Amino acid sequence: MGGALRWPRVTVWRVVFAALMGATLYATIVRFGGGLGKATNLSDRFPWGIWVGFDVMCGVGLAAGGFTIAAMVHIFNVEKYKPILRPTILTAFLGYLLVIFGLMFDLGRPYRIWHPLVMWNPHSVMFEVAWCVMLYTSVLAMEFAPTVFEKLGWQGALRWTRAISVPVVIAGVILSTLHQSSLGSLYLIFPYKLYPLWYTPLLPFFFYVSAICVGFAMTIFESWHSSRAFGRRLEAPLLMSVGRVLAVLLLVYLTMRFLDLNYRGALPLLALPRTETYLFALEIGLMAVPMVMLFRKRVRQSTGALYACAVMVIFGFVANRLNVSVTGMEAGSGVHYVPKWMEVAVTLGLIAVGFALFRVAAQFLPVFPEEKPAAPGAGGDPLAAAGR
Amino acid sequence: MSRAMLFDGSLCVGCRQCEAACSERWGLKYDEAIAAEEKLSERKLTAVVTAGESYLRRLCMHCSYPGCASVCPVKALEKTPLGPVTYDESRCIGCRYCMVACPYQVPVYEWSRRLPRVRKCDMCYERQKEGRPSACAEICPAGATICGERDELIAEARRRLAESPEQYHAHIYGVEELGGTSVLFIAPRPIEYLGGNPGLPEEPLPELTWRVLSLIPNIVTVVAVSMGGVWWITHRREEVAEAERREREGK
Ligand code: SF4
Repeated sequence: MGGALRWPRVTVWRVVFAALMGATLYATIVRFGGGLGKATNLSDRFPWGIWVGFDVMCGVGLAAGGFTIAAMVHIFNVEKYKPILRPTILTAFLGYLLVIFGLMFDLGRPYRIWHPLVMWNPHSVMFEVAWCVMLYTSVLAMEFAPTVFEKLGWQGALRWTRAISVPVVIAGVILSTLHQSSLGSLYLIFPYKLYPLWYTPLLPFFFYVSAICVGFAMTIFESWHSSRAFGRRLEAPLLMSVGRVLAVLLLVYLTMRFLDLNYRGALPLLALPRTETYLFALEIGLMAVPMVMLFRKRVRQSTGALYACAVMVIFGFVANRLNVSVTGMEAGSGVHYVPKWMEVAVTLGLIAVGFALFRVAAQFLPVFPEEKPAAPGAGGDPLAAAGR
Repeated sequence: MSRAMLFDGSLCVGCRQCEAACSERWGLKYDEAIAAEEKLSERKLTAVVTAGESYLRRLCMHCSYPGCASVCPVKALEKTPLGPVTYDESRCIGCRYCMVACPYQVPVYEWSRRLPRVRKCDMCYERQKEGRPSACAEICPAGATICGERDELIAEARRRLAESPEQYHAHIYGVEELGGTSVLFIAPRPIEYLGGNPGLPEEPLPELTWRVLSLIPNIVTVVAVSMGGVWWITHRREEVAEAERREREGK
């Protein structure tokens, strides 16, 4: 298992993890003991901070691999993606659970989180978001269930989940389409507030496309990490093709973004020496650089470069969501918002919990395909093949 | 018939009695320190703001098509047929979308409470139901804030603008803005002080969202049909391949 190699690394991480959990625990006590005002830098003029901008916006986005890969395998019948299906579903499931958990911190009255179930307002995007979170989390639970049933050896339950898998996956695609885009729709109602580099009637569409991009990037990211942590082989030819899809998607996304800016006459804004301009450039750069790289075969063939591209796309995506929810809102709100350390602690704590849960699940459940000849291209070592 | 409020900036003397009356009605503490804060907060739900030599009031504008009510996932905020936009704290989950969405930045939050509420002016809804003026209008010694039917108040504002044009900037704020508001303003100068953002569109804000939300049934149908279709095609291909293979083997 390579335990000797792994130990020192894990210890460092365990220390960091423990420290982070301590900080998160402290922040939690302050948040629930003293109210939102004590634990955050939120104010009447800036009521949404990183708990919305990062925990919800990015958490949901980074879970997008779940529906894209599920659709690839079950609907488009691209069998070769099968080996990465389970880890991706697991990420998405954990992502959504953590979003709900994160909401507990952000909502003023978390114990009323179920209210949208019975108190309806179909005119509210937030209402749509609430329903999508609930329904899609259930869908993900159903998509992940076979992994658990397999471990437990419940053949009956397994057969049953297989029978309903296609409708469940289709429901997942519908819900994700609605949910990813609706996070963008949340911002449609304040055209006067959100900086024009980001405000566009096409926000829902851009949120959707960038979520699909980051879904693919997450797939590369996870495979790399799990191969390091568990010594599992990277499904290299497969990830190369994911890289290809990602390159094209990024090209489409970035082209649309600029066409939209041009159409709205917002391009001249790029000449202004403002914070918004720089952060916009950062966001675009983090998407454009990996796009250009991914179009090169040599980059796709190198696992390291492929991983670097995925990381850039993920950061670009996070930058975009934070730009929309924080940077772009500051000027219009007339305040400058910097999160309090406790806000950051809770956010990092959630991410750490996510990583830990993923590890535990991957260790005890059949998330990754075992080394058996069922893998495509059996015989040759895909890593070695790609390394050339 | 809908109730409304008219504030006349050229009559206001800045005595802040409306603030005091408002705080009393909400059961909030009111003292000199709070009076000196010229902004809305959980400590005061209306504020008199010094604007050059004159004064202006900040309070909920009671939009005809309120953004806050349209974004609230649980309908805690509601535009009543009577005019006021009311808040039902027992429904509120505390997502604070209403605060982000209000173009005038009016709703405030009880940041220091463990179980916080959104706070905002409700035009003294229980008084309006009886046809009585709000607490602030009732106490105003200068007649700067008055309550009444919206049509009548607009007519009254027009009359004042026509009678003494030199005293006013020739615009009644709230007749058209965002599709209209139930709180109307006239003042010596243009009203850019509302704490909201200049450049508000004339159309009601909820429209911007509804345009997308109303597409949901179509999106659901299109995605469902196309996914189902693709599935049928891809798996049909498999079936055909399978059949062909069997045929070949059979031979
Ligand atoms: S904070 Fe309360 S009133 Fe405001 S939108 Fe959310 S649930 Fe509705």
